[in-house]
Amino acid sequence: MMSSRPPQSLQLDANGRLKHFLTTEGLDKTLLTEILDTAESFMEEDGQVVKKAPLLQGCTIANLFFEASTRTRTTFELAAKRLSADVLNININTSSTSKGETLLDMLRNLEAMGSDMFVVRHADSGAANFIAERVTPQVAVINAGDGRHAHPTQAMLDLYTIRKHKGPFEPLTVAIVGDILHSRVARSLLHGLKTLGVGEIRLIGPRTLVPAHFQELGAKIYYRFENGLKDVDVVIMLRLQKERMDSALLPSEDEFYRLYGLTREKLAFAHPNAIVMHPGPINRGVEIESEVADGNRSVILNQVTYGIAVRMAVLSMAAHTRLNTLTARQPSRLEF
Amino acid sequence: MAVSSTKKRIVIRGGRLVDPAQKLDLVTDIYIADGIVLSIGQRPVGFSDDEIIHAEGALVIPGAVDLCAHLREPGSETRGTIYSETRAAAAAGITHIVCTPDTTPVVDSAAIANLIQERAWQTGYCHVYPIGALTRGLEGQQLSEMYALRESGCIGFSQMRMPVRNHRVLLRCLEYAATFDLTVFFQSVDTGLAGNGCAHAGPTATRLGLTGIPSAAETIALSRDLLLVEHTGVRAHFGQLSCARSVELIADAQARGLRVTADVAAHQLFLTDTMMDGFNSVYHVNPPLRTEADRLGLIEGVRSGIITAICSDHQPHEAAAKAAPFAASAPGISAFSTYLPLSYDLVRNGTLSVADWVRRISLHPAQIIGLEAGSVRIGDEANLTVFAPDERWILTDETLFSLGANSPWFGTEIEGRVRATLHDGRISFRL
Repeated sequence: MMSSRPPQSLQLDANGRLKHFLTTEGLDKTLLTEILDTAESFMEEDGQVVKKAPLLQGCTIANLFFEASTRTRTTFELAAKRLSADVLNININTSSTSKGETLLDMLRNLEAMGSDMFVVRHADSGAANFIAERVTPQVAVINAGDGRHAHPTQAMLDLYTIRKHKGPFEPLTVAIVGDILHSRVARSLLHGLKTLGVGEIRLIGPRTLVPAHFQELGAKIYYRFENGLKDVDVVIMLRLQKERMDSALLPSEDEFYRLYGLTREKLAFAHPNAIVMHPGPINRGVEIESEVADGNRSVILNQVTYGIAVRMAVLSMAAHTRLNTLTARQPSRLEF
Repeated sequence: MAVSSTKKRIVIRGGRLVDPAQKLDLVTDIYIADGIVLSIGQRPVGFSDDEIIHAEGALVIPGAVDLCAHLREPGSETRGTIYSETRAAAAAGITHIVCTPDTTPVVDSAAIANLIQERAWQTGYCHVYPIGALTRGLEGQQLSEMYALRESGCIGFSQMRMPVRNHRVLLRCLEYAATFDLTVFFQSVDTGLAGNGCAHAGPTATRLGLTGIPSAAETIALSRDLLLVEHTGVRAHFGQLSCARSVELIADAQARGLRVTADVAAHQLFLTDTMMDGFNSVYHVNPPLRTEADRLGLIEGVRSGIITAICSDHQPHEAAAKAAPFAASAPGISAFSTYLPLSYDLVRNGTLSVADWVRRISLHPAQIIGLEAGSVRIGDEANLTVFAPDERWILTDETLFSLGANSPWFGTEIEGRVRATLHDGRISFRL
């Protein structure tokens, strides 16, 4: 008799353009490819990212980090600055915003300061959605990681890396290894890889870290590393947090490394041309051997570089959508 | 503010009285004077009414007896007060409420039990029966003064979802309750397995990255509790089941002859975990919304009678409590308003007869707490509800009397409306 309201697509505007970037889930192949192509346009021939582009001049981007992060925050900051935006870095002690109301108050304040975009990282799954649902229509929200839910820019840079180094997605087999349960990167990658039509996605780890429900999301699950690695083209290692031992998900780092650590010996099971990726920061000797992390199959440092280009792409696309919305409303206003 | 204390002479005209306790199902008039049902059908000689309640086209049923509601007072009056929530209950067709002991302070002393009942009596919208805490402060370590609490009106005892870590303590609690034939209300959960989860451990939670609560958190604790109930012979009621497997465990216990009853919250019969998609915190409830298979299993349990009662599990919250990312929001639904309309859907879809529906929301819950209620008998005080199953309305601030607007159906059209409620012969709600 009674139906409750369905969730709406928060990320897209009426014309299907990227308004917020919260998750890779639900975005179509065209849009994901557009992000990758835009990122490509920010890459120079020497493999570096363009140093300056005036695309976001006059735009204020607030980096709201409710959870500590160096790498993601820095690359977002670099990306914003290279697009000529002004950047506010705000690190927020989560304990002071444990109540929802405080979080909303903070958003209102930042809006009042004239922020045009929020780059948000938060320990709660769904936090970016929560914020995107409540900001004024002029503000775009970019998810820089929410709980275990999504880390879409990391996934996009991983997809960019795969496309750059391995070509089209269709024939590829991609393995994601380690702590899938807690990984927002794995979730965002899974959706992105599926949409882009990758041949096969494998998740590898012990049952405590790889929930069987991931099968329903279109992945094949392997509990034995050697079997899962067989003939894969891309190996994505995830960072193992020390807390996993305390919460009885694993017996020890040593045992994890023995079973799921990527050593040269293990890598031999993969396709001879397989590349090795890691979202960083890496734990040498815990999930990956130094020789592999630094070896010629590793593209881990390339990922960092691409991360800047991908974030520039996402920021400029969301800004563009926003600008179109603003000019549609106020024809006289062409600047931020 | 309170219900007028004057007991008028009331006639309820032309409604379909469905009273399974008396095997009544007929369109009739009901005459009430001095709070007492004087006559059903025949106008008493010399009866002149002060008030006519038109029940044409509606059902007249014994007032609903809700086995689980959080009234929030004392301690959390920003979320609800006895006044606001009993008034909301009356507007929802409820005449008897069983309220939970997890207030601040906890209902572990006669003083708190008395306070709640006095407040309820002063406001006069509903009969309110507190459940006492099974252990002092709900801390799971010492027995509460169950006998004194029983004398002060507590109709049963519960640990809610707080752990009793030492099973010896739990065993002693049940033995002590059994000594005085007290009913223990279980909300079975293994707090270790539930952990800091906020959603059913299924595909949706996995995809959204929400920490899961496995079904085993309920079924393992339920199995343990049933074994202890069997061991002690205590009378037990299992509230707010969420898993299909739990229904089988209860059926098994009943088949073994245990004195065990169970209820389910109305919303568990309609919502599943897939509705969390989009992170709408209004679907954050505890126990969590589970799978379609669980939902169907619970409905079958209600149909077959293994689940004897449907409750509201009313949990009002202030807006700020839900204005947070899913896991950080407070669990619970403000559920009085939709209690009858939702549960009546089981009649609409042919799962229950009207009489069986009345049994699940009124007669059986009354029997579970040992009340002579759940029937509209001549000579008894009139506790009844006029419910129009086909009438549509919208749940808005104007139609919501609870302080909590945390309902998935807030702002939507609802089918089935309470036209009037009589509490001990006084009109506690009228459209």
